[in-house]
Amino acid sequence: MNAFWIILTGSLVATCCSLLGCYLILRRMAMIGDAISHAVLPGIVIAFLLTGSRDSVPMIIGAGLLGVLTTFLIEFFHKYARVQSDAAIGVTFTWLFAIGIILISVFAGQVDLDQDCVLYGEIAYVPLDLWITEGGLSLGPRTVWTIGFVTILIIAFILFGYKELFLTAFDSGYAAAIGVSTSLWYYLLMTAVSLTTVASFESVGAILVVALLVAPPATAYLLTDNFKTMLVLSVALGIIASFAGYYLAVWMDGSIAGAIATITGVEFLLAFLFSPSRGILINRKLVQPVQH
Amino acid sequence: MILQVDNPVVEVHDLTVSYDRKPVLWGIDLTIPAGSLVGVIGPNGAGKSTLIKAMMDLLPTGSGYVRIFDKPINEVRKRISYVPQRESVDWDFPASVFDVVLMGRYGNLGLFSRPRKADKDAAMEALEKVGMQSYAQRQISQLSGGQQQRVFLARALAQNADLYFMDEPFAGVDIATETAIIELLRTMRDQGKTVIVVHHDLQSAADYFDWVVLLNMRLVGSGPTEKVLTQELLEQTYGGKLTVLSKVGDLLQKQEFPSREKQR
Repeated sequence: MNAFWIILTGSLVATCCSLLGCYLILRRMAMIGDAISHAVLPGIVIAFLLTGSRDSVPMIIGAGLLGVLTTFLIEFFHKYARVQSDAAIGVTFTWLFAIGIILISVFAGQVDLDQDCVLYGEIAYVPLDLWITEGGLSLGPRTVWTIGFVTILIIAFILFGYKELFLTAFDSGYAAAIGVSTSLWYYLLMTAVSLTTVASFESVGAILVVALLVAPPATAYLLTDNFKTMLVLSVALGIIASFAGYYLAVWMDGSIAGAIATITGVEFLLAFLFSPSRGILINRKLVQPVQH
Repeated sequence: MILQVDNPVVEVHDLTVSYDRKPVLWGIDLTIPAGSLVGVIGPNGAGKSTLIKAMMDLLPTGSGYVRIFDKPINEVRKRISYVPQRESVDWDFPASVFDVVLMGRYGNLGLFSRPRKADKDAAMEALEKVGMQSYAQRQISQLSGGQQQRVFLARALAQNADLYFMDEPFAGVDIATETAIIELLRTMRDQGKTVIVVHHDLQSAADYFDWVVLLNMRLVGSGPTEKVLTQELLEQTYGGKLTVLSKVGDLLQKQEFPSREKQR
């Protein structure tokens, strides 16, 4: 049963991350996902200090606010201080993450958060933290409920906003000209990334969530030329990585989150070598642009 | 020579645009008549693209206002279309030609609603107009420059707007595509639509457009082509840009220009 809960958690995290990651890599913003995944930490700690509980709702709100603040700060430094955008990303998120680490260490006595857990996650403990109703009925691990709810939100967001997300990712100038608000969709996407990160950080940790945000979409990008297929493929790749990663970790008796992230890297390598259209080892028939 | 018209499609009043506090457009005042094919012409860095982007409110403006169809732009966005520079997007994006053209219908669809059959038909029809119907399912990364430009044009056509802004639609396209595009633009004008085109080739400008806006950070001229494309105004526009100026001189020497006045 433990294996089931762990793999389910991993698969749900992978689903959210892979879906949003497709938009991030196509907008050339993969590193913004990285930044958000780290910068939400002080939000989580402050929410915890204020409420004194590890309830999901205040943490998600705290992290969501910090996520949006991060993207806002990055834009601000880039536009007004005229720092290069990658430098703005680097400064912003490391600074916020450092504040989070300081908060955890200063309030270590009160904070039921562990730096290692935040960084590397502990998906193996997921089945231990059960949601037990007052009647004594066990409803399964708390984390699964949180990430399950976030997964539903993310899928609904992508289904309902599909054409706006697609258009603003491809051509934001045209989108703005015909009256689709690019900044609205940008911030909605960033909020979704923040939500996903905070829901995932307990299980896979701040560092490895980036692997799931970037590697499955990048792999899917190598395998298909169709955007919808890319979304579905990257989810499939993420779920496969959760299964394979779990059993790899059990076999090696190592970190589960680490094994899952390793599998996503192996998937990428395989696609890079053997992708039917772009694999470097496949003798591809280049489709030439047709001349008039 | 700055001619103002009554009942303009586009009215720009005292428009100033700056990048990093450095103005790139100064006090532009111009009006564009309905049903015209308009060329925005000037040297590199004159602010041609900036002008059309500012007209569509895609850039923060320092002062002034723009009215389109005598209304603020946000009320008439559905009647406006835009063909951005080809290089402004990533052509390796996982999308087909048809996916891109269908985007032209997004503005008319509400939030949450999916494209219907009528939208797909309109997209296909637009592809036929630019002669790309057989490429509908083609991956956009496999297109040549001219084909990319036609796809962008088809996307704008699918929108069935009344006013079109086009940023360098002839840049880097082959002569067949250029001829096809200008024919299409003329047809659109004859149907009463207004098309505003950023263009950099002086020689073809006289032939292509019936209204010309000469720009070099400030407005040098705006009016019917034969009245605006004069040696004096061109020198004012390209002044200081020696290579271009000598090119203009060559043109005049060969008496290729202004050809239209000679013919009359």
